Amino acid sequence: MSSEKVIPHSEAATRFNKDVERVNWHDETLWFVREKRDKSAHQIPDWELLRETASQIKNNVLSNIHDYLIEFEANAQKNGIIVHWAADAKEHNEIVHSIMAKHDVKQMVKSKSMLTEECHLNDYLAEKGIEVIDSDLGEYIVQLRKEPPSHIVLPAIHLKKEDVSETFHEHLGTQKGNIDPQYLTESARLSLRNTFLTRKVALTGVNFAIAETGEIVVCTNEGNADMGAHLADVHIACMGFEKLIPQRKHLGIFLRLLARSATGQPITTFSSHFKKPRDGKEIHIVIVDNGRSTQLGREDFRNSLKCIRCGACMNTCPVYRRSGGHSYHNAVAGPIGSILAPNLDMSKNADLPFASTLCGSCTNVCPVKIDIHDQLYKWRQVLVKEGHTPKAKTVAMKTMATVLANPTIFNIAGKSGRFVMKNIPGLVNNKMNKWYDQREMPEVPEESFREWYKKNSREAKAKDNE
Amino acid sequence: MSSKADILNKIKQNQPAFITNLPDLNLLSSENPDVLSTYKTVLKNIGGDPVEVANYAEIIEYIKSNYNLEKRLITTIPELSEIAALDWTNDDPHSLQDVELNVIKAHFGVAENSALWVTDDVLGQRVSPFIAQYLAIIVHKKDIIATMHQAYERIGNQEYGFGTFIAGPSKTADIEQSLVLGAHGARGLIVFLLD
Ligand code: SF4
Repeated sequence: MSSEKVIPHSEAATRFNKDVERVNWHDETLWFVREKRDKSAHQIPDWELLRETASQIKNNVLSNIHDYLIEFEANAQKNGIIVHWAADAKEHNEIVHSIMAKHDVKQMVKSKSMLTEECHLNDYLAEKGIEVIDSDLGEYIVQLRKEPPSHIVLPAIHLKKEDVSETFHEHLGTQKGNIDPQYLTESARLSLRNTFLTRKVALTGVNFAIAETGEIVVCTNEGNADMGAHLADVHIACMGFEKLIPQRKHLGIFLRLLARSATGQPITTFSSHFKKPRDGKEIHIVIVDNGRSTQLGREDFRNSLKCIRCGACMNTCPVYRRSGGHSYHNAVAGPIGSILAPNLDMSKNADLPFASTLCGSCTNVCPVKIDIHDQLYKWRQVLVKEGHTPKAKTVAMKTMATVLANPTIFNIAGKSGRFVMKNIPGLVNNKMNKWYDQREMPEVPEESFREWYKKNSREAKAKDNE
Repeated sequence: MSSKADILNKIKQNQPAFITNLPDLNLLSSENPDVLSTYKTVLKNIGGDPVEVANYAEIIEYIKSNYNLEKRLITTIPELSEIAALDWTNDDPHSLQDVELNVIKAHFGVAENSALWVTDDVLGQRVSPFIAQYLAIIVHKKDIIATMHQAYERIGNQEYGFGTFIAGPSKTADIEQSLVLGAHGARGLIVFLLD
């Protein structure tokens, strides 16, 4: 996949930024979700303790995941579930296809799963002549538009109701220009109900898998995972191996954190625990690695595997909000996606850890306390060292390093910088200066901090001596 | 099956050398002196309707005056046989597509998020709470607890093939964040809080 040409984040973001009104709207919509999260979190007196507890449970999982996986598989099999293992995306897709082929089925209804996005399952199955319909409303909308989801929890957050109305008019024959969300949702409900009633195979993601009991938990608001799974003969559930938690009682922690962090709801409408298949039906679980075991071995980035995919870090990220999910060219966008992506392909995703202000807002909201902004910072260093940085950035950084390492040059550079900005502003406020993109250059102070400090410390000393 | 061995080997090599202990869950408090009123407030906030009733006769009265009895009503509760069918639990689940109202019972409810715990033994069919146009769930007031920690203490090692927490009617906000009730599942949820 590394041969595929991707548009770098900064360039894609520049395009997204052309429509100023839309960018502002996108920014505000996500901030609104972030505020809902805050309100919800503040209502829980134990919030910080909950985060800490969740983080500790996940630390335990990461340190013992080998044994938990064996325990989980054994218990799931005892429950009558068929377990598969996939080393990479290709094997994952082949396993899913082989289950379809075994049952001679050419149609699938799918509920939201970012893992299948990561593996490009839909494209793979399409090539094999299998029709896949995504049933989460947001995913359904972007699927009709032939776009990937732009957010892991809110797949169509980048679209306005006018866009959805156009799309549904074209594909579902809804009234042209009717932008009422109630009406549009109802149309999708009717169309998808027919899908649920006619599919023999349903695929879902997995939010949590419990080692102790061998059951899996799937959380949705719409009930689409359940409509699919309980009406089909075969339920395929795909999970990255990091979805494991040790015991059933630990769900009490994660279910309290997940929806509150994601959308501000106290819990998702449905938190479904699948333990055994219905009589005569099948449940398959596909456990996927696809680079996760490599990330487990990268000590600095290991913690990213604690992620429960709530999306809070995206909603709060000033860069994500103003650049849009698609600019990250990765199934998982935003801050956490920018940590996961270089693990999958360093050269293709070298730009992503730079798509952050490192303000730390992501780290502050993360319900499992992943040190997100520190990891982004560390990735930058790894990528620079391995020679993956964009050229312009490399030159600029090298220059900066020389300047910062040498007090005399720093002094001269500072003086001449201030002189230039004051007297020939055009020299810095131009297209050549990447820093000037999206930014006003600062007002130039009369003197540098260094000069100010020299003077004032002398004055202060004199005062003290009085 | 060689992938399994490869994956597990690689995980074993790459996981941290020391096992971190599991935290003490008892540190988290589960207090709430007024679980019933919290339950009702939270349920209303997420689009459900709490209705307090003294007995099954009141539930029957409520359903008679709020739903069209000409349409298909189903239940798993024998006390409601006057208004809803009981003989559907072995049917093909697809045949439930025309159900207007389904009335079931929950094991317990959780005040902090208004979720109700149901398992296949009270569902009749797994798809029943999802496929009906409207859903009503009965829960005893004494079975409302404060938080999810207590919920899982109560579930303990309970055996089930399928279990789910239901909190409010099915909903979506995928179109410009406007909340719409009734995405694929029930368009409305009544919770009968029984004395
Ligand atoms: S990194 Fe944290 S905040 Fe971001 S999606 Fe994962 S769990 Fe949520």
